[in-house]
Amino acid sequence: MSRLHVVSGKGGTGKTTVAAALALALAADGRRTLLVEVEGRQGIAQLFETEPLPYEERKIATAPGGGEVHALAIDPEFALLDYLHMFYKLGSAGRALKKLGAIDFATTIAPGLRDVLLTGKACEAVRRKGKDGRFVYDSVVMDAPPTGRITRFLNVNHEVAGLARTGPIHNQAQAVMRVLKSPQTAVHMVTLLEEMPVQETADGIAELRADGLPTGGVIINMVRPAILDHEALEVAANGQRTAVAQALSQAGLGGARRGGMAERLVDPLLEQAREHAERVELERVQRAELTGLGLPLHELELLTDGIDLAGLYRLAADLRKQWPT
Amino acid sequence: MSMDVAPRLDIDVLLDDPQTRIVVCCGSGGVGKTTTAAALGVRAAERGRKVVVLTIDPARRLAQSMGIDALDNIPRRVEGIGDGNGGELHAMMLDMKRTFDEFVEAHADPERARAILANPFYQSLSAGFAGTQEYMAMEKLGQLRARDEWDLIVVDTPPSRSALDFLDAPKRLGSFLDGKFIKVLMAPAKVGGKAGMKFLNVGVSMMTGTVSKVLGGQLMRDVQTFAAAMDTMFGGFRTRAEATYRLLQAPGTAFLVVAAPERDALREAAYFVERLAADQMPLAGLVLNRVHGSGAEQLSAERALAAAEILTLAGDPADPDDALANPTEGSDPAKNGAGTENLGDGGFVDPPSGNAQARNPSAADPDVSPTSADSSAERLAAGLLRLHAERMQVLGREQRTHDRFTALHPEVPVAQVAALPGDVHDLAGLRAIGERLAVPPERTKRAAG
Repeated sequence: MSRLHVVSGKGGTGKTTVAAALALALAADGRRTLLVEVEGRQGIAQLFETEPLPYEERKIATAPGGGEVHALAIDPEFALLDYLHMFYKLGSAGRALKKLGAIDFATTIAPGLRDVLLTGKACEAVRRKGKDGRFVYDSVVMDAPPTGRITRFLNVNHEVAGLARTGPIHNQAQAVMRVLKSPQTAVHMVTLLEEMPVQETADGIAELRADGLPTGGVIINMVRPAILDHEALEVAANGQRTAVAQALSQAGLGGARRGGMAERLVDPLLEQAREHAERVELERVQRAELTGLGLPLHELELLTDGIDLAGLYRLAADLRKQWPT
Repeated sequence: MSMDVAPRLDIDVLLDDPQTRIVVCCGSGGVGKTTTAAALGVRAAERGRKVVVLTIDPARRLAQSMGIDALDNIPRRVEGIGDGNGGELHAMMLDMKRTFDEFVEAHADPERARAILANPFYQSLSAGFAGTQEYMAMEKLGQLRARDEWDLIVVDTPPSRSALDFLDAPKRLGSFLDGKFIKVLMAPAKVGGKAGMKFLNVGVSMMTGTVSKVLGGQLMRDVQTFAAAMDTMFGGFRTRAEATYRLLQAPGTAFLVVAAPERDALREAAYFVERLAADQMPLAGLVLNRVHGSGAEQLSAERALAAAEILTLAGDPADPDDALANPTEGSDPAKNGAGTENLGDGGFVDPPSGNAQARNPSAADPDVSPTSADSSAERLAAGLLRLHAERMQVLGREQRTHDRFTALHPEVPVAQVAALPGDVHDLAGLRAIGERLAVPPERTKRAAG
């Protein structure tokens, strides 16, 4: 059973929202999850309608059945000082390093180190145990970098272990890789039923598999309902213009004769139906593509009024129903 | 309703102006930035300009359509664009590692270049961690501009955490180079290990020890070798970064912020607009992609839904397709009464007895003769109306998010691009996007996806 859920996906697919909903879903029935943000955009705070998150784990939501969602926005600079302190007890030396510009170097000029710190911090939270010997968090959900960067991001410690071939950094990097490559971890991809995100999902999964990173599920986000069924679309394609005009007229939308309001509505409405049919067909092809990946598929409906806190709980409930327990 | 009407961004005026030498497309991920950059390139070339498009991470099929999927870091001529009017389109995809390597080769003597290229620390750094892309995109832009072979360069920006990270590149390099850290790192390598340490103060030597302890001896040596080898180059690197920064501020540059009419994307767009202003970068306007329209905007979502309901209720209750839509409490007279009232003065019949014959007499056309075939037309019409209601809700939502942006930044010109039903991955599609970018959408002609 995985405990570290890494949520990736192409930009614009709703990765942060899905990660938040998953954290809520996994916290149900009295469990405790940690939701980790690594890209410093404070998207989690916005979703949960709270003030910006500090670099500190804090409870941000209660899940049905008494569960808790905690959140952490990882700041690379603090994470580095934290890391130095934890491994080397470098309190004041850490501050001196900062003065020298070493922290700037580590977190920006050598950006790979930033990724080391981010993945390291998440793995630490996964492994952390309380005084009672039990895990502090039942699961950790990471709102991770987008598909194009995810494999490199997760593999950064492998690279570091190669750079620092001995010593504490090497050992730490190896320990992180052991967690990330174990069944404890699952990398989930968020996608839309559109060509580019689906293509990126397929490419991303192929890369993860090639590097031996554990894939989880694919979450199809913002699924729109098919309003017209197949049969109706056929009819629309055959264009029953007169009969449709008459039906519209019966519904109180003006005259069905040439030039009447109902008659004038027919063409634009049928045009919209053709576009809808085209979209439904494109979606069917994309869904088939995703099915071919051989991973569990989950679907979340499009919330037309945008995501607010209530919407987030709704998505969490949906996800929970579909999630393997 | 919108109080402020944003000025329209005239793309053709921008592209046709010979003074426009660089167009930078920025925006959050998934808003169609790369496609917009490519479409601008196609349009400018067809209007007679000699254009090069620098893309960062194009979708594979888009790259193939432009013939730049080879990733060799060299601009390639795209055939079949701008022939006959002197226009040319060239395109390239950024290869970060190649760009970094070329930079090293151009700025260091051969021996030093070899040492840098072979350094493991350099190899990791250059291969594309987050952040390197921004530096390299700007470096490549500087190179293309310096070659002066094109009269217009269109740049796509990396999909980074903050897509304006590249603006910070000179400052970051500066803070690093001006900091003591680099000197500390290089000290032992420069002066020959321990012998040189006595020239440094105790604090610094303690620091070197600390860094060495953290990094491990061998990695420390790699970093030191790297820093020493890069030493002479860093100056050049920084000069270039600063020159590119000034180039971006110059009058020949136009920034386009790209967004989709969604809350998050427009929030990011507002941030970009503010950030560009703070850095005194010339903003040309906002490109709002994937805007939906409808040919039947006179019919509101509410009215369409109400009409759909009437048609559904009028359908044959025995029809299983309609059964769900019929109130199950149909036998409750009180409820039926209320339902009839809500329909207004149309004199609609109650659902249980409703069928194809029971119609709203005031609205029905007199020559409509009801037959059983009508029920399928009614179902279809109800579906069309529900679809329309959904479309109108999308329109309303997009308009509200757009209005919010305009209220914050009324001065920013906007070009709206009507949504296409599918993805764009050929030159014809890019041409169509270019057309939509340039020609203001008459609402009635907008298509949607």
